[in-house]
Amino acid sequence: MKPLDRRRFFKISAVGLGAGALYQFAAPALGKAGEAARRLGRMNGETPGSFSFVQFSDTHVGFNGAPNPEGTRAFERAVEMVNALEAKPELVLFTGDLTHDSEKPGEHADRMRLFKKIASGLAVSKVHCVPGEHDAALDGGVLFRDAFGPTSYSFDHRGVHFIGLDNVSLGKPAVGREQLGWLRNDLARFPKTAPIIVFTHRPLFDLRPDWEWFTSDGDQVLQALAPYENVTVLYGHIHREDIHRDGHTAHYASRSLIFAFPDPEAGVPKKPLPFDAAKPFANLGIRRITAGADASRPVTVDEVELTLKEHAGTVGMQQLRKEGEAL
Amino acid sequence: MNKARLTLAFLAAAALAAPASPQDGAAPSGAVAITAKRFEFEPAEIHLKAGEDATLAVTSKDVTHGFFSRQFGFDEDLVPGKTVEVHFKPANPGRYTVICDHYCGSGHGGMKLTVVVE
Repeated sequence: MKPLDRRRFFKISAVGLGAGALYQFAAPALGKAGEAARRLGRMNGETPGSFSFVQFSDTHVGFNGAPNPEGTRAFERAVEMVNALEAKPELVLFTGDLTHDSEKPGEHADRMRLFKKIASGLAVSKVHCVPGEHDAALDGGVLFRDAFGPTSYSFDHRGVHFIGLDNVSLGKPAVGREQLGWLRNDLARFPKTAPIIVFTHRPLFDLRPDWEWFTSDGDQVLQALAPYENVTVLYGHIHREDIHRDGHTAHYASRSLIFAFPDPEAGVPKKPLPFDAAKPFANLGIRRITAGADASRPVTVDEVELTLKEHAGTVGMQQLRKEGEAL
Repeated sequence: MNKARLTLAFLAAAALAAPASPQDGAAPSGAVAITAKRFEFEPAEIHLKAGEDATLAVTSKDVTHGFFSRQFGFDEDLVPGKTVEVHFKPANPGRYTVICDHYCGSGHGGMKLTVVVE
């Protein structure tokens, strides 16, 4: 991966959990970045400070197929693992495809309810979601809005501005003119040094257009974000980890909690990796990101597999415990 | 069609695309007729000549689909009952993938057309 600038305001130390990553935010006390955080705190009444949060993605509640015949088991396990962390995250972000769509009357709504039931087990005070195409593309987001509220919105937390973007409910991989206008107005309130985290479903850049890993007007989103110095984009959709640097913006893709897609550079078809009953959580693993630990490698990324309780002695669990303690 | 994307397609020299025009009725003479339905294009593979003008006449038989290629520079919506013509000139030999980029159901991710340019 490409190293991030050490001057970046957003200091990340993270453990990804199959569905995502546990991020630790370290708010700087000095300099322009510190001023920006304090100004943001004055605007929203919150006290800027260090905190951690978790990203989940692509839980696909209701999916039932050969790539993962165990349904929600990995999602439920990830909830347990987050709850077991000694340093409790303050937020959980879900970056789309919470559910797998169904055209049987009432079935998709049932899946939304099951998702909410499992997610309600998270021992965190705030959970925020954006839709994936399986949640909202067939009905334009009607069911999602009924269950979760708006498909795009923003909020502040401890000096960080979070923006949830919807790039699915138009049916195509697009944000759309109306949402772009809202985004520009939302951003205009903030200084250029404000720490901004965008969470969305599809990549906002051309990662692999012929696999539909893109957003057609993502370039306009990135243009709106370009003046801001501390932007991190978290997304899902591709069911595998990926890190991409674009100007001031760092893009992090999260693994799925249902099945993984292969590396598109491997020259293989876009088909889910096969299920391995001996390793049911293989490729649904954990991603750890650490910033600032080593001057020669400002950001390092380690992959840690999501583990079963019965496999609690595995390397993956040891890595998670070690990082959890550090956090 | 996104003109900026079209410009990129020119620069990439992968293809020369012209705006598509929605039309009713059958495919024009010389056009390759393509049908879109959940979750496939028929035929699934077509062959074109590098450096020659090509016209695809695409029709959806069921729901709204998309017809998208970054390399060829087109992105069209296929509304049922309307035939959309896509004009372009593939520049370089190779195998290219055109996808449906309008979500059409749980098999949508595998809906693609292979274009072999010879």
